[in-house]
Amino acid sequence: MITRKTAWLIVVMMLMAVVGWAQPNPVAEEAPGVTPPAPPTAVTATDSPDDAGRSITVRWQLSPDDGGGRSTVIQYKIFRGETAEGPFVERGVALSLAKIYVDRGTEATNDPNFFPNKTDFYYKVAAVSAAGAEGMSAAAGPTQATEQWYNIGRTPTFVAVLTFTALTLYFISRARKKADLYIRPLAGIEAVDEAIGRATEMGRPILYVMGLGTAADIATIASFTILGRVAKKVAEYQTSLIVPCYDPIVMTVAQETVKTAYYDAGRPDAFKEDSVYFVTQSQFAYVAAVNGTMLRELPATNLYLGKFYAESLLLAETGALAGSIQISGTDEVAQIPFFVVACDYTLIGEELYAASAYLGREPLLMGSLKAQDYAKALIIVCALAGITASIFGWTWIVELFRVTN
Amino acid sequence: MNIFEKLGKLDRRWIFLLLAIVCVATLLTSFRMPVRISREVNSIYEFVDSLKTGDIIHVGIDYDPNALAELHPMAYAVMEHALQRHATIVLTTLSQNGAGMAERLMLDIIDTMKVRHNMEIKYGRDIVFLGYKPYYSIVILSMGENYRIPFPADYYNTVLDSIPMMKSIQNYDQIKAVIELGSGNIIDAWIADANARYGVKVAIGVTGVMAADYYPYLRSGQIFGLMGGMLGAAEYEQLFRKQGTASEAMRVQVSAHVVIILFIIFGNIGFFISRKKGRSAV
Amino acid sequence: MRKEIPLFIVLVCGIFMALQFFVPHSWSQFLYRYALDWLIVIGIFALALGIWSFIKVSYDKIQRRSENWPYAIIALAGLFGMIFFGLWFMGGLESYMYRHFFSFIMIPIQATMFALLAFFIASAAYRAFRARSILATVLLLGALVVMLRFNPFLGPLGEPMAKLADWILNVPNLAAKRAIIMGIGLGMVATALKVILGIERGYMGRD
Repeated sequence: MITRKTAWLIVVMMLMAVVGWAQPNPVAEEAPGVTPPAPPTAVTATDSPDDAGRSITVRWQLSPDDGGGRSTVIQYKIFRGETAEGPFVERGVALSLAKIYVDRGTEATNDPNFFPNKTDFYYKVAAVSAAGAEGMSAAAGPTQATEQWYNIGRTPTFVAVLTFTALTLYFISRARKKADLYIRPLAGIEAVDEAIGRATEMGRPILYVMGLGTAADIATIASFTILGRVAKKVAEYQTSLIVPCYDPIVMTVAQETVKTAYYDAGRPDAFKEDSVYFVTQSQFAYVAAVNGTMLRELPATNLYLGKFYAESLLLAETGALAGSIQISGTDEVAQIPFFVVACDYTLIGEELYAASAYLGREPLLMGSLKAQDYAKALIIVCALAGITASIFGWTWIVELFRVTN
Repeated sequence: MNIFEKLGKLDRRWIFLLLAIVCVATLLTSFRMPVRISREVNSIYEFVDSLKTGDIIHVGIDYDPNALAELHPMAYAVMEHALQRHATIVLTTLSQNGAGMAERLMLDIIDTMKVRHNMEIKYGRDIVFLGYKPYYSIVILSMGENYRIPFPADYYNTVLDSIPMMKSIQNYDQIKAVIELGSGNIIDAWIADANARYGVKVAIGVTGVMAADYYPYLRSGQIFGLMGGMLGAAEYEQLFRKQGTASEAMRVQVSAHVVIILFIIFGNIGFFISRKKGRSAV
Repeated sequence: MRKEIPLFIVLVCGIFMALQFFVPHSWSQFLYRYALDWLIVIGIFALALGIWSFIKVSYDKIQRRSENWPYAIIALAGLFGMIFFGLWFMGGLESYMYRHFFSFIMIPIQATMFALLAFFIASAAYRAFRARSILATVLLLGALVVMLRFNPFLGPLGEPMAKLADWILNVPNLAAKRAIIMGIGLGMVATALKVILGIERGYMGRD
């Protein structure tokens, strides 16, 4: 039986238990990670520059507990709300020691990550400890994401393009006035006529390989021009021409180019459409087909002008095996050494682009070549200026050329 | 004509035959070949070695099956190392012939981790394969905004938001670095778009013939590491686990180099002797 | 008008695509993506033309019994076989036969062709690395140093050789590559400008 004394004892014990439970655990109070870390300070939110909107950049100063203090911060969480009072939704996380986060979204309205432009947003940044405790900053804002019409970060590129365009137009106008513009000899181009003559004497065809580029590649465009001139000479000398193509669009343009060249040479009947044909868009299958053509047809001259990759040496060595004279030109820097080693003449990089001007000697094309030379001189001057500026610590000169975004 | 003159005018088929014999013979032997470690490979190794639990890296398998021999060993070594460090991996391929190969690679690595390291790698928790999308430049730029823009679902058509590890990944801000393994222009796009625009750290692994082209980017700091061809893969393997496919293949490569160098030397000797004879005759 | 209309289209599209790079606005990005989609459409039509050209050339070879005409039969069989096994009623691109042909014929053959490079490099090096002149000798020595870079058989020479090779890769190689890249960049801009302004018309056929 429970006496009154026992009952009071039980009540007191229960009261003490309740009071004890309500007291903060002195062990937990001193354990690191349970107390939230100090929040980051100086939180700012600004529209991200030079973009199509849908983005706001949030910056802050590190929490005192990040790297210092209790060193408990492991990451920052970034929250966004449409009013200063909230509600705030988590938008992303940044690692510890980070001071910036770019909040981005999409333009599709049905996408969960839709980010409207021209809408006020407020941001808060929370420093988070390993135990998950968060120290929340004050709200920053309002800020709106807006679209820009001009990318300021690309101004150095824009100025360079305008400068180069101006130089090109100036030298083209000079060339039109019949000014004598000197171009240094290109051995590879001078050898083209001789190579075509050789093929005619030997009664063997000429193989023209335009590489693996598409019609949008500058090297392929340069190759079309050279093909036209080669095809005209081939038509005049009544030699045969073989042009296996990797890309179907390149094939259609090449067919048109060769056909026009035959017409210009006054030999439209000699043009055979099957001489310019599509092979395949698989790299090594294309190489296998062209190598087979080389070993069967034994062309006297091989011209490799365009964009080439790993197959360059396979083509050039097989051509050497077939005993052909080989002239190559590509802007793929990695393949130039292979062509230099395996071919008789090689046009290195921009010499391929210059070839069309060199062959035709047209004033407009020669003028643009001179512009390139002067642009190179300008780049050398800028490089020297940059080196001098770096030596003397004039960083503003270097910053003038920095391209961002 | 003496022996050196003959060697100077050798039919190339003898060269092919001797090279083939030396390569096969090397494979049948078992000599060990130490590999010197270069700074550019060491920096990738040290980065992966510094990864902690929960760190996320992006691995791009952006090569065709042609380049598999050189780049697969790199992929295996880097991913195995990263998973061993308990990092998580987002895997993509921007090469149109690479999707099946990348999936096979991922499944092999999961098996390897179980056998070699006794670690259970779970798809969706430790690694995810997003698959292939065309227009690599646009894909790389879009992933910088949000992975869900180019890849609303993974390779197996699972919506990204329902994959556990993707819940905390929005864009490159959550990625410690991109380790890009490729054999074409896709590498340039990663450097120009991901690193220059979004500031994510990029390291690359390329075929041997392309490696020399990327030293400018290494010097300028646009990439923090470079693995070049079989040698680069062998260096990483040496750092990580002391042996592997690339280390084996390096023995063959070194032997082949020795054969080529000998032919060059003999060819030059023959060339000089012929030239001297020609001058004497004149 | 036959020449003027294409030139006008090239001028407008060229200027737009050049300016688009500097305009981040969403209208500019939308038009850029729209133009890229059109590239795919044009490519598909051109692919049809290309396949027709390939079939025609192969068929002519078979009909005329030209040299090695049986290979043309194999080429056509490969083309039509892969198309057939990739069709929807055969299981599409995931079908067993399609993947089988791709994995066990295409990939090994491509790898074999790539592997030929090793032998061709050997024969090209043997032919080309002759000390005919001072520059050729410098090239030869540079190639030898880089090839021997990490060769373990050099013994005490290994470390200096590796350092020399690193210097070659990081200094003269880097300088030359940067110069070539800059030249190529300028050449690309110049050629693009010539195409946009209608000065370079090689792609249209001759005047």
